[in-house]
Amino acid sequence: MKITKLSDFFVTGDPLIYGADVAIGLTMVAIVVALTAFKRWGWLWREWLTTVDHKRIGIMYVIASLLMLFRGGVDALLMRTQLALPDSMEFLKPDHYNDIFTTHGVIMILFMAMPLMFGLFNLVVPLQIGARDVAFPLLNSLSFWLFFMGAMLFNVSFVIGGSPEAGWLAYPPLSEKMFSPGVGQDFYIWGIQISGIGSLMTGINFIVTILKMRAPGMKLMKMPMFTWSVLSSCLTIILAFPILTVTLALLFIDRYFGAHFFTLDMGGNPMMYINLIWMWGHPEVYIVVLPAFGIFSEIVATFSKKRLFGYGSMVFALMSISVFSFFTWAHHFFTMGSGANVNAFFAVTTMIIAIPTGVKIFNWLFTMYKGKITFELPMLWTMAFIPCFVVGGMTGVMLSVAPADFQFHNSYFLIAHFHQVLIGGVVFGYFAGLYYWWPKVFGFKLNEKLGRWAFWLWNIGFYVCFMPQYVLGLMGMTRRVSSYSWDTGWWSWNFVSTIGGFLMGIGFLFQVWQILHSIKFMKRVKGDPWGGRTLEWSIPSPAPFYNFAITPKVEGRDDWWRRKELAAQGIQDPPPKYEPIHMPKNSGTPIVMSVFWFILGFGFVFDWLWLIIPGAIGIAGTMLYHSFNYDTDYYVTVDEIKKTEAKAGRVV
Amino acid sequence: MAHVATSQSSHDHGHGHDGHHDLEALRMMGFWIFIITDCIIFGTLFATYAVLVNNTAGGPSGADLFEMPGVIAETFILLTSSFTSGLAVLSMNRGDKKGLIGWLIVTALLGASFITLEVTEFLKMIDEGAKISTSAFLSAFYTLVGTHGLHVSIGLIWMVALMLQVAKRGITPVTKRKISNISLYWHFLDVVWIFVFTIVYMMGVR
Amino acid sequence: MKYKGWFMRAAALLPLALMTFLLSGCGDVVVLDPKGEIGKQQLDLIYITTGLCLIIIVPVLILTFWIAWKYRAKSKKKEAYQPEWDHSTKLEAIWWGVPILIILLIAIVTVQYSYKLEPSKAIASDEKPITIQVVALDWKWLFLYPEQGIATVNYIQFPEKVPVQFQLTADAPMNSFWIPQLGGQIYTMSGMAMKLHLIADEPGDYFGTGANFSGEYFGKMTFNAKATSRADFDKWVADVKQSYPAMSKEGYDELAKPDTSLVRSFSAFPNGLFDGIVNKYVVAGESGHHHGGSDADASKEETSVTENHEGHDMGDMDMSEMDMGDMDMSGADDQGAAHQH
Repeated sequence: MKITKLSDFFVTGDPLIYGADVAIGLTMVAIVVALTAFKRWGWLWREWLTTVDHKRIGIMYVIASLLMLFRGGVDALLMRTQLALPDSMEFLKPDHYNDIFTTHGVIMILFMAMPLMFGLFNLVVPLQIGARDVAFPLLNSLSFWLFFMGAMLFNVSFVIGGSPEAGWLAYPPLSEKMFSPGVGQDFYIWGIQISGIGSLMTGINFIVTILKMRAPGMKLMKMPMFTWSVLSSCLTIILAFPILTVTLALLFIDRYFGAHFFTLDMGGNPMMYINLIWMWGHPEVYIVVLPAFGIFSEIVATFSKKRLFGYGSMVFALMSISVFSFFTWAHHFFTMGSGANVNAFFAVTTMIIAIPTGVKIFNWLFTMYKGKITFELPMLWTMAFIPCFVVGGMTGVMLSVAPADFQFHNSYFLIAHFHQVLIGGVVFGYFAGLYYWWPKVFGFKLNEKLGRWAFWLWNIGFYVCFMPQYVLGLMGMTRRVSSYSWDTGWWSWNFVSTIGGFLMGIGFLFQVWQILHSIKFMKRVKGDPWGGRTLEWSIPSPAPFYNFAITPKVEGRDDWWRRKELAAQGIQDPPPKYEPIHMPKNSGTPIVMSVFWFILGFGFVFDWLWLIIPGAIGIAGTMLYHSFNYDTDYYVTVDEIKKTEAKAGRVV
Repeated sequence: MAHVATSQSSHDHGHGHDGHHDLEALRMMGFWIFIITDCIIFGTLFATYAVLVNNTAGGPSGADLFEMPGVIAETFILLTSSFTSGLAVLSMNRGDKKGLIGWLIVTALLGASFITLEVTEFLKMIDEGAKISTSAFLSAFYTLVGTHGLHVSIGLIWMVALMLQVAKRGITPVTKRKISNISLYWHFLDVVWIFVFTIVYMMGVR
Repeated sequence: MKYKGWFMRAAALLPLALMTFLLSGCGDVVVLDPKGEIGKQQLDLIYITTGLCLIIIVPVLILTFWIAWKYRAKSKKKEAYQPEWDHSTKLEAIWWGVPILIILLIAIVTVQYSYKLEPSKAIASDEKPITIQVVALDWKWLFLYPEQGIATVNYIQFPEKVPVQFQLTADAPMNSFWIPQLGGQIYTMSGMAMKLHLIADEPGDYFGTGANFSGEYFGKMTFNAKATSRADFDKWVADVKQSYPAMSKEGYDELAKPDTSLVRSFSAFPNGLFDGIVNKYVVAGESGHHHGGSDADASKEETSVTENHEGHDMGDMDMSEMDMGDMDMSGADDQGAAHQH
């Protein structure tokens, strides 16, 4: 793209965006000044930017995703503010509104839910299976930095070049050059593409980790349920994400080389895109919700002080959901006129998924049955999840009834449904997981009282926000409209919904306050603050950098619970015999390579060959550098293990 | 699936936990899974090709464009290179470093000539006015065949890098795993090409 | 105690006040208030499936709160605590079995209604159906009446109790055509002529809207669908023919340019405009946009728009293709979409 004046490059003319420009500029200056003043550049590089430690990568994922939750949430509140004003009262102009719902969707799914999920994978899985790290620590770091650079590239579009505005799945022909000539759509393609490659690699990484790196004795059917859910999610990732990669690549080829995959003219087929994107998009929602199911399984068992009910059923349910998620994609466009046969087929496959999901709910309930339930924050969020997800699941079955969907499709009924399963399922689940594993990661618990404020604000806010949207859908309000007239009668419901949105926003602020408060008044906890059942609770909190000083020998499900019971009977573990631990070395390759990916992507967005070429050479160069580098690992000596263990004070 | 994985992991634990041998086995498995994802990439591209193959929009069709002698030559070259990469692995397993590098050079040369032929073919078609923007059929054709060609080209660079590493470090568990992986990759590309040859060219000229 | 009583009263009043607020000045819940045969049947289906879902949802919700309450650790009553109890084949059989049964019922109903309410299926009626051609433009709806020879923008009128056959396409990004009180929506796509059959059982003004995002002013794509008596309809047609200008080819091109539009009427429109728009995106001679389905099917479809489509749908559908995860749905698309020939 030829830049002739500044406004071709920077987004101009909107006070909101000028505000954002200033805020971003000031934040960046503040960070640079702070790092320089406290002489922290070296520390940042050595300890964080180049780390291959899964625990630190996990923390970086969580921080990044919470920032993205903030941005996506602000987008949501901007939309809700606009919708609280009917008729021609314009808080956001239509094109700005279109920008914002597009970025809201992309960010919440791909740059909030996905990284938060990967963060939890990283923080928990290796500890839960008794491994020293993930299978490919360097690749893990590369995955993170690719996600990060992809997310940055996408977010940059807010102030440079302009945001995408064709919806979160960018249906052609709207997303083609003919109807979206700006660079926003290219930011979309490259932002998602770069982070998508990272997601794919994470999928591979955790499959190998789980299949090959479990502690001796941990047979597959002795794995903790969260690990199972990660495995099923990752299997879905490796089958679904390549389809996304291809689909976005084809859209890029259309836009960049003038090809005709999805164009209106020259034989292109836009319906093919809609099929392809949902062949990834539908499994994607299961990718993010399956780990939440795993989290709930861990939490319900821990806080009911009881074994998980129906372990075998749970595993079978997870796996069958993974498989079925690939056969339902066409339910996203029953209204495409594919005929009764196709619609009936996809309606039935969709409904079938409700069965294993329902079974999981029963199993959680009967885990609680005859237990001793306490309601700390993780359990509280789990208790909020069950009714919310059950109702959301019910509206999902209603939507899957193809001829009825003709009346629900693209209306606020649909919006309410998927927010209910995604917030009620995924967000509540990941929050529960964060609260649950927070002490393991940082060595202190989060303040319970502030957490309860946040919990109630989020929950009340959720229902106030989304229940009216079901009604709005039945009143004929369609998604993505930026304004409506008084005589539609939609205003009062929209107004209430907006109040709910802001309540959730306040809930989020309470969580930020909760974190800051808990850091300030930190109370250290030991390794096992909740009375946990699985291996991650058997080591100190936070875990030493090598995780397990001695690889645990697993004899049953909930092995840590079993060992605690043995200890209560006076049977102690034999004294530890330490051996040197094989560890990966930190590396700057991932971040450097990801920066080159960013350069390449930015170059393609603006079609600047002078950026594309160095980007591509940089990527190839760092890859080759890595291939020739054989100095990638080292051993932790027995002495150092002993010192670290003594400092942490062995738990039990 | 569960059953296979169980037997794999218990087999694996027999070797103890740390050390290079175990690591190389992990990396091998990771590479296999990567090949699966690549399979899906090509599968999706074949599917889009199948959808768009008749949408020539008044432009040339496969029957008008494809010249089989050149394509058959490409096929023979690539099949032969797959065979020589197999010979390279056999030399490696015998511990014959010179044989390994020699056969890798032969493989790379064959791969390079494949690419040269393919690029020539593309250039000729473009010269005849059959560009990627001419029709949906040609978009799908160039993308599918081009993606395969890109894979082969990346494989060539990787192969040269590995030759240098073997020359420097000899046959170690690490280089052995790397050579096994590229050989797997090369065979995979060969299989993909057989599908390209059948579905795109053979069925295209019919 | 007194404080608590006051609090409870306030708590009871709050929802009541909220309800009054919400219901005052509210529009209709249009989906639940259908005025046409199709919409009514869809509402029946919504009620049936919701009812079936509730059979399982309500007990689960009650069970959730009951178990959480009864087995809370703080409970003063000592409840049985069985930390090792984690399996019961009988119980698990129940909660695999019951959902399977319910889903089976919903599936049977859904499949039946899928054929009954297939949008391309004509509505059985003694009245001869009226045809309205719909073109989604950026950002307005163009309606053509081929039988009457008139055209409108963002407004349609048709007689009550007469089946309306909509033929739909787009000369812009995909949209979706929806009149909730008459029945469900269908996509409007370029290069294709979709079919949707609706009927109004009584006169009235029905809210119509575009339901699929199509760009900047997508939100402005609402229209009024007015059902009147046959006499009023004829009068309206005569009125449009008399008092409004004709649309020329250039006039259409001007109209198709991306912008919003007020309600407009035209006494005539260029011959073959609709087919021209559909064919615009199909290159002549070659298998066009969405080729598929055998020629025999195509000719059948062409000869009788009112025929029951179930028969040939069955023959043409290739289930095995779906199973393989193949995304080539072109064969299936054809029957419902009935592209031009």
